[in-house]
This record gives sequence, C-alpha cells and structure tokens, in this order.
Amino acid sequence: MDLVTPNIGLVFWTTICFGILLFILGKYAWKPILKAVADRENSIESALLKADAVREEMARLTTENEALLKQARAERDSILAEATKVKNQIIYDAKEAAQKEGARQIELARLEINNQKAIAIADVKNQVASLSIEIAEKVLRKQFEDSKKQDELVKELLKEVKLS
Amino acid sequence: MTNGSILNLKIFRLSFIYAFFLTMLAIPGLALAQKDTSKAAEQEFDPQAVIMEHIGDSHSWPVIGKTTLPLPVILYTDKGLEFFSSAHLQPEGATYRGNYYTYKIEENKIKAVDAAGKVDEAASARVWDFSISRNVISMIMTMTILLIVFLSVSSAYRKRPGKAPKGLQSFMEPLILFVRDDIALPNLGLKYVKYMPLLLTIFFFILINNLFGMIPFFPGGYNLTGNIAVTATLSVIILLVINLNANKHYWKHIFMPNPWWLFPIMIPVEIVSIFSKPIALMIRLFANITAGHIVILSLISLIFIFHSLAVSPVSIVFVVFMDLIELLVAFLQAYIFTLLSALFIGMATEEHH
Repeated sequence: MDLVTPNIGLVFWTTICFGILLFILGKYAWKPILKAVADRENSIESALLKADAVREEMARLTTENEALLKQARAERDSILAEATKVKNQIIYDAKEAAQKEGARQIELARLEINNQKAIAIADVKNQVASLSIEIAEKVLRKQFEDSKKQDELVKELLKEVKLS
Repeated sequence: MTNGSILNLKIFRLSFIYAFFLTMLAIPGLALAQKDTSKAAEQEFDPQAVIMEHIGDSHSWPVIGKTTLPLPVILYTDKGLEFFSSAHLQPEGATYRGNYYTYKIEENKIKAVDAAGKVDEAASARVWDFSISRNVISMIMTMTILLIVFLSVSSAYRKRPGKAPKGLQSFMEPLILFVRDDIALPNLGLKYVKYMPLLLTIFFFILINNLFGMIPFFPGGYNLTGNIAVTATLSVIILLVINLNANKHYWKHIFMPNPWWLFPIMIPVEIVSIFSKPIALMIRLFANITAGHIVILSLISLIFIFHSLAVSPVSIVFVVFMDLIELLVAFLQAYIFTLLSALFIGMATEEHH
C-alpha cells in the first residue's frame, strides 16, 4: 500500500522540477532547436526543389539542343539534296540545250548545203546550156560553110515536114 | 563557462570516464561487503525488504555498501518549517529533536515521536514531509543533466545554423525529430507546435529517469518513474493540458451526447473517461518501471536466498536478459506516455466538420 500512496513531498518537488525543465528547455532549447531544424529542413527542401528545377531546365536545354541539331542536320540534308537536284537539272538542261543547238546547227548546215547544191546545179545547168549552144553554133557554122550540105539539110528538113 | 561548452571539454570527458571505471571497480567490493555483513549479522536475508527499500524512496543517498550521503530534511509542521540534515536520523531508529517535535524514521517515513520514543500518530499527521529525498536529489541531478545537454545542443544549433548536426547534437536530433514526426504530428496535426515543448520535456524526462534508474550503482539505481507520486504529477499535468485546451466539441461530446435519452448513462461515463485517461497513463508508467525493477532485484536476490555462488550464472543470464528488456521498456514507456498524451490532447482539440 505504501507503494501506491503518493508522497506529497515528491509531488511538490516533481512539479517544481518539471516546471523548471519545461520553462527553461521550452524557452532556450526546444524552440530554438525546432526552429533550427525546421529552417534547415526548409532550406534542404528548397535546395532540392531548385536542383530539380535546374535538372529539368538542363533536360529541356538538352532536348532543345538535340532538336536544333536534328533540325540543322535535316536542313543540311535537304540543302544538299536540293543542290544535287539543281546540279542534275543544270547538267540536264545544259545537255538538252547543247543537243538542241547541235541539231539546229546541223539543220542549218544541211539547208546551206542544199542551197549551195541547188545553186551549184543551176550553175552547172547554165554552163551546160551555154556550152551546148556554143557547140551547136560551132557545128552549124561548120555546116553552112559547105553549100551542098546546106541543101542536103534543107532537103532533109523538108522531108521531115512532109512526113508530119 | 557557458553550458554549451561543458560537454565539449576534453577534461570533462576524461574525468567522466575515470569516474565510471572507478565506480565499476567498486562493484565487487560492494557485493562482498553486503555478503560479509549479512554473514556477520547472521540475519536471514529478506528479499522483500531489500526490494521494497530499493523501489521506495529514502532519506539518504546510498553510495556504496552501507555508505550513504545525508540529504536535507524539510518538514512543514503546524508550528513552522523544520530544516535539518538526515544524518541526524541515521541509523534507522535514531531520534532527532527539532525545533518543534522530535523525529525518527520509521519504515522510510519521518514520524514525530513523543518523549518516550513512541510514534505519535496525531502529531505525525500534522508533519508534512517536503524533504529532498533520494528521488528528489536524483530528479534534480537528471534535471541538471537534461538542462546541460539540451542547452548545449541548442547552442550547437545556434553556432552552426543550417549545417548538419555534429556530436551530441546528432545523437539528440533523431530523438527530437522522432517526437515531432512520429508522436506530435500524426496526433495533433498542425497545432503540434504549441505542444512540442511539453511533449519533448515529458519524453526526455521519463526517458532519462528510466535509463538512470537502470544503472545499478550510484548515482543511478533509483526508482523515480516507478514512483506513483511522480507519475501522478505528470498525469495531472497532462489532465490539465487536455482539459484547459479542449475545444467546444470536446465538452459538447461529454455533456450533450446524442440521442438525449442517453444522458443519464453517457454523462457519468464521459466524466469518468476524463479522469481515466490520465490515470491509465499514471498506472502504466508506474507499474511497468516498478515491475521491471522488482523482477531484476528478485533475480539478483536469488543468489542471496540460495546462499550459493552457483546460482549466480543463471541469475546473471536472466538479469542481463531482463536488463535488455528494461532498456526497451525504458524507451517504450517514454514513447507511450508521450504518444498517449499527444493522442489525448489531439482528441480534445480536434476540429469536427
């Protein structure tokens, strides 16, 4: 029974001791400690958040860089392709033009040749005609120098007329 | 010298370690001394008396063997205040003539005696004992330790703001955070800040006294948290905190139960529940710590009951085992007392929707 009977003296001193502890520790230990811990937790949390934000920013920048790089590469490729196409076009066009020009030149040459040929043929014809007239004249002159032969010729010509 | 630097001094640590080992050396002497005296006096060993003496309070501070330190006796009598050293009342049965009455210690209690040396019950009832007893001096000692430790921890926080904890600070911080995050926050919600000083003080007060009570030699080995007066005081503090901070929902729940015809049953039940909660706290701490001390002392007493050293290995194995359990209980009871206090305060201040 002695064990479960509170002693007034101990109750009194416990109250005093606990009160002193509560007051001093509450004012000079718990409050500053809890505040320091809370402050530190906040600072750690904000630092972590900041680190996260920076990491995100880094990731964003990296992807952006990659996208830029990819875009640049694609652009380069497309420019190269375009250049190749243009080059081919130019070569093709040049070939085409050259061919056309060649054909035109050939055509012109052929026309010229034909013209020259016609002119030459006409010339030859004229010369042949004049030569034949000359020859005929010479022949006739020769024929008329001899009167017998003239008669003969007239006879012959008359014969020819009779027949017709 | 500031409180903050006491524990940081090398010389303090060194002297502390020396003191510890010197005390350890004294233990075998203590055991031998007890055995010798018991044999010399040829007294029958009375385990009950030994155990009761240990778990109770006394007016002297036992150091080693029969050596005790006298403590101040403060008596509040109907005629005035008495103040003298308990050395005058040693050994037990010695009488001392104070200013108003003659006193003697009987069964660890100071009684007024008449001229013939007989206990005068009527006069004893008028003498109120406010002595600095063994438990009080132990409590003052642990209070000083708590103050030194936590003021130095606090100064460490002030000196190194925002840095990682170091030394003693890093040992205490997990405990403080444990009280905050596992006891206060879940039970009190956002109002926890207001009750943190109380909860932390209760937690560390109970914990350090539980642990010092387990140290088997001077200056530990007392039974403060297993004393009903101490647990009752703590419980009354909790009772006051609960009921002074309770909101209108709490009182409405007690005095306006639903439906109305339950009034005659519910109101007494609820009023009983106001007191049953702190009483449960009081008895739980008292019974756990006292029981632990009784079991350990009984196991040690086996050696003396059997008058044989052969029993000691068995006894020691069990005592070590019990000590480990008591170490757990020391933390557990500090935790449970604080947790339930937080829970009850939380229930009384909870906002209903």
